[in-house]
This record gives sequence, structure tokens and C-alpha cells, in this order.
Amino acid sequence: MSGPGNGGPAIVITLCVAMLLMILPMPEWARPFRPQWVTLVMLYWAIALPHRVGVGSGFVVGIVLDALTGTLLGQHALGLSVVTFIAIQLHQRIRVFPFWQQSLGILVLLVIEHLLSLWVMGATRGVTPGLVYWAVPLIGALLWPWIFVTLRRIRRQFKVV
Amino acid sequence: MVAVVLSLILLVVDHRFHHLQQLRSTLAFVTYPLHYLADLPFTASSWLDETTSSRETLMEQNRELRDLNLHLRAELQKYESLQAENMRLRDLVDSSFKVGDRVLVAELSSVDLDPYKQQVIINKGSASGAYEGQPVLDAHAVMGQVINVTPLSSTVLLITDTSHALPVQVLRNGLRTIAVGTGRISELRLPYLPTNSDIVEGDLLVTSGLGGKFPPGYPVATVTRIDRSPDAPFSDVVAQPRAHLDRSREVLLVWTVPNQLPGPMTGPAPADATHTTANPEVPATGDDAAASPDNAATAEPTPPPTGQGEDR
Repeated sequence: MSGPGNGGPAIVITLCVAMLLMILPMPEWARPFRPQWVTLVMLYWAIALPHRVGVGSGFVVGIVLDALTGTLLGQHALGLSVVTFIAIQLHQRIRVFPFWQQSLGILVLLVIEHLLSLWVMGATRGVTPGLVYWAVPLIGALLWPWIFVTLRRIRRQFKVV
Repeated sequence: MVAVVLSLILLVVDHRFHHLQQLRSTLAFVTYPLHYLADLPFTASSWLDETTSSRETLMEQNRELRDLNLHLRAELQKYESLQAENMRLRDLVDSSFKVGDRVLVAELSSVDLDPYKQQVIINKGSASGAYEGQPVLDAHAVMGQVINVTPLSSTVLLITDTSHALPVQVLRNGLRTIAVGTGRISELRLPYLPTNSDIVEGDLLVTSGLGGKFPPGYPVATVTRIDRSPDAPFSDVVAQPRAHLDRSREVLLVWTVPNQLPGPMTGPAPADATHTTANPEVPATGDDAAASPDNAATAEPTPPPTGQGEDR
């Protein structure tokens, strides 16, 4: 995460905030709808700075997220490394899309991450969630424009390159 | 690709074996500040609430608690004589029995973990003597057991998690079976009861103490629904946990002290802990595996024989 260039702390802090949002207490009915904050922030950094944030960072962040939310170690790490990989492959295309098309692309990536999580849960005899499960990537995709604008502002403010 | 392979290996190892506990504890220690931060608003607001509450409210509360204390003491007197009688009778029939569990009050952190896992975080860790596999109760019944300890906090697996199984007993007639979590906060299932077993709606299930992790005799759940279909070998029994799994804020950590009367509350906790885990009060039977959350999942293909054996 901290390579050449500056603003490493900015990346780490935004990721920490995203992790905080993942565990912040919410009312019981809203819990299944919590968006994949960490994935969204990771995707932004992977698209904006593919030379700084790579698959390795995705893996490490995923492991920390697993420990944070008490899931099987590797569940989020698998999804995050896969989607950061795809995002880095496609970053030049996604960058020039208008917002709504970007949201669609992000939706696909979020669905992939969620699907991998579901497979892991299914393979390890976890709970099989209902259809509500698929609302989460949708909410994430709707949030994308705001996250994009906010993080771009942060990136410019702190001159993260 | 390396990352993918590595995650898959981690997944398998974490799911099947017990080797990653150290790594998980270390990571949990690293993420403790985040947990603390997420919990902070709630702690701060409750602190503010306490410090700004009026004298009248406090006095009223005090009076109520005094009344309650009096009532409980009266109950306890009855209890103590019963206990003494029980011990005497047990001495007569030469059956060993233990009383006296040391407890410690811990508080839940208001932190949301994965919504598809039934886990909570409490604010007492190995610094207070908590250990892995320790039973956790609330004011009403059994809540779960500690699965991961860091110095200042620990993770508790609730009895309703799908990877948790708990040896229980029907209070009315002593019928033993295993209560398995369903992943829903208000539901336990008893999958290993034959169709002709003597169980009715409203039966209270208590811990049986088999498996050696939970002390015997604590209430667990009430049977709410029984589906007996004539063509199935096992009846489908659903029970509702007595513990307020989603509402309790204070929980009790229990140290089970075998063959020892309760000492002062300042007893040596870690020593007790190791002592207990080393000598479970009951010889471990087949459902020992079922009581441990990590083994439960791997042992799942085989439990039916265990369950059947339990029922005889």
C-alpha cells in the first residue's frame, strides 16, 4: 500500500473508515442491507491508482476484514483479491465511463465479490441467505457516484499519486 | 492468482483445523481499536446518560433494586436449604456433584459483525481470565461460548449459530439430546429426537453438562413446535432460546470449578480456567465434538449416531 509517491496514510485512513462503517451498530432490520463499504473503497483505489493498490493489498485488507467481522479467514480475502484484480485489468476503461455506466460496472464487481462470499458460506455449511442478500450490491452500486466523488476529492486534496 | 490460492488454502485450514487460532487472535488484537471506536458512541452516550440522571431517578432506582434484592435474598434462603439437603442426599447415595461456579460480568460491545454469523464481542478478555471454550450466560439462560480471546476483548459464538451444537436435556424427564443452531436468533433445532420420544411443547431444555464445556443444569431453551411426520425417523423439534440473545447488554462469564465449593470472588481465575479445561467434570462422551464450535461443523456428517446414542 505504501510504495513510491505520497498520501499512503490517506488510503489507509479511508480504508479504516470503511471498515468502521462495516461494524458500526445498525438496527436489526437494516443489518442485512449494509453495503460493502470496504469493497467500494478498495475498488476506487484500484481504479484510480492501480500501481499502488493491487491484488496483494486486496488480500491483506480482506484478511483484516475477515478478522474484524468474524467470518472464516479468507472469505473476504478471496472476493477482494479477485475483484481488485478485475478492476486493475479494466481500470482504463472504467475511468472514462460516465457515472451511470461506472455504477453498472461496479455492480458487476460487487456481485462477483458477493457471489464468492455466498459460495464460501454455502461450502462451509453457513446460513443460506434469502433474496435480501442481493440487495447489498445494488445499494453499493447506487452509492458508487458519491463514493467516487468523495474519494476523488480526498485524493486531490492529499495529492495521492 | 497467488492470492486466490492463498485465500482458498486459508479457508480450508480455518474451516477444517484449529491451527489459525493464533493468527486470528493476533488479527483480532490489531482490529481491537476499530471495534473500540465503533463502540465508542454507545459507551459515551450511556456514560452521559448515567452522569446526568437526576437524583430522584437514582433514588427510585435504588429503592426498586433494594426491594428486588430483598426478594431475591428470601428466595435464596429457600434455595440454600434445598441445596444443603440435596448435597446431603447425594452424599447418602455416594454420587458426586459440584456446586459453585465463579462468574464475572462482561458487557457486550455494540459492534455489528457479519449478519450471517451469530457472534458478539464482549469487553472482557484474557486479562480478566477469559479462556477459549468458556460458557457465557445472560440473566436468563445460556448464551454461547467464547471462541476467540484477546487481552481486552473476546468473541462469543451464540448457541444459535449454525456451527454450534449444545448437549441439552429435557428438564421434565431427563431426556438427553443435542440442540443445534439454525442461524436465526430465535430458533434452535433438536434434529436427533426419534418420533416416539417423550417431548412436548413448552418443555424446558437445560444443559446436560455432557461434553464438559457447559456446567449442567442451566436453562437453554423452551420447546415451541414439534412436527411429527409418521414417515420420518426423527421428529422436527424447534425450540426458542431463553436467553435474550439480541437484547442482553450484560453477560456472565462462568468458570466451572469442579469438586470445590465457591471461594471468595477474587479466586485465581486463570488457574481455575486451566484446571477446568484439563478435567471436565464429566468424562467426555461422543458429543464432546458437538460442543466445540470448530469441530461441530466437521463432525456434522456423523452426528446422527451420536444423537441416537444420546437418546437411549
